[in-house]
Amino acid sequence: MTPEETKAFEEKIHAFVGRENGPPKRGNDDVNEAMIRHWAEVMGDELGTYTDAEYAAGTGKGGLIAPPAMLQAWSMEGYPMAENPAQDIQRQLHNVFDAHGFTGVLGTNTSTEFFRDLKPGDQVTAHCIIDTISEQKATGRGIGYFIETLTTYTDQNGEEVGKQVFRVLKFIPADSNDAADSSTEDDSPSVPTRITSPRGHDNSWWWKACDEGKILIQRCTSCQTLRHPPRPMCGECQSIEWDSIESTLDGEVYSFTTLHYPKIPGYQYPNTVGVIQLSEGTRLVANIVDIDYETIKIGMKVKGSVEQVDEKTMLPVFRPE
Amino acid sequence: MITETISFASVNVGDKLPGKEVPITSALIVGGALASRDFTSVHHDKKVAQANGLPDVFMNILTSNGLMGSYVTNWTGPDATVKKIALKLGAPNLPGFVMTLVGEIKAKDDSTGIVDIEVIGENNVWGMHMAGTVQVQLPQ
Ligand SMILES: [Zn+2]
Repeated sequence: MTPEETKAFEEKIHAFVGRENGPPKRGNDDVNEAMIRHWAEVMGDELGTYTDAEYAAGTGKGGLIAPPAMLQAWSMEGYPMAENPAQDIQRQLHNVFDAHGFTGVLGTNTSTEFFRDLKPGDQVTAHCIIDTISEQKATGRGIGYFIETLTTYTDQNGEEVGKQVFRVLKFIPADSNDAADSSTEDDSPSVPTRITSPRGHDNSWWWKACDEGKILIQRCTSCQTLRHPPRPMCGECQSIEWDSIESTLDGEVYSFTTLHYPKIPGYQYPNTVGVIQLSEGTRLVANIVDIDYETIKIGMKVKGSVEQVDEKTMLPVFRPE
Repeated sequence: MITETISFASVNVGDKLPGKEVPITSALIVGGALASRDFTSVHHDKKVAQANGLPDVFMNILTSNGLMGSYVTNWTGPDATVKKIALKLGAPNLPGFVMTLVGEIKAKDDSTGIVDIEVIGENNVWGMHMAGTVQVQLPQ
């Protein structure tokens, strides 16, 4: 999209913010024992307060209650979702995203507050609004926007019984060929690979060289200043003329951090990431491997090589000399 | 059946809940989707899940939420009251995976009797499936 198209698109999606998803939606079923029992069976809920009325009457709850996490389930649309989902405001918003290539959707967060336990006979009504849409974000899944909906749940007396914030990412799928590959050849889940390098007009040449086992450093042909990461203009003399040299990958540890959590699929943990001061003068972010991270020191001499780190990815890695 | 309720006084920040392994099966994924009234096709139709970039049907968010809830209330016992469940989702749960749930008490509020329990569900293939906090009010 051109900047003008992006602006027009963002105006379209932001017009949805603050709108109600539709009229308040009363659940098709009031809170009831049968649906609670079905839920408890699947979720492994073992409390008699959910499933044993006689026992529950003698507890502090004074009778059966629904598992709190069921709150959202009471007003779900149900079977029509599979064939002919309601064209509510949220769906219309998603359609706008889809029409602009943001076809991917992924639930990322849910946060629910419960103001009281629900009991059989309670009637749950959901009031949902499109609460926020984020700025455009570059995520591991692709470029996209986070949409947050806020749902307030009320009971038969109009009292609030809970509140839920739900966040989804609508994104342009980064590499849609992966799915087709893994589904046609083999049904088992593929071994995850690292997040694909973001390649654009100004840096794809650098990644292509990396794929071929070479780490290049961009050089201004006007003043010879080296720069990394790749960018169009020299910071010293503002020239946009450049070539590159190949790094020897001799360097020292300028800084480093070790990640333990969260464990992102495709990476080895503990995952030590260093900023390497190369002998040429520029710095490079890369893994430091084959060393106990507790023994790494700032200034330690390291030597790099470009290696295949998974099925699809070539990257520089550094080891102590 | 679990009949004892853990008291507020008996728990401390840093206490860990016993870990629990949850085998992820097609039955759990489809059963959880139906119990939560979520008929979105990716949770019961493998072909649709594959068209959406995953090798098989995957667990819906309401089931993840439900498993986080049951993990905590099976530990607290019947007279506790769940106040909040907040979770961030990571890698999908697919049939054949095993998710391990662990929990740790991160905070205790003496004035309300509410404890914050951090719960992490990690599967053995793709890593972190969910990480979040369950707030639960315990009897004194
Ligand atoms: Zn220059």
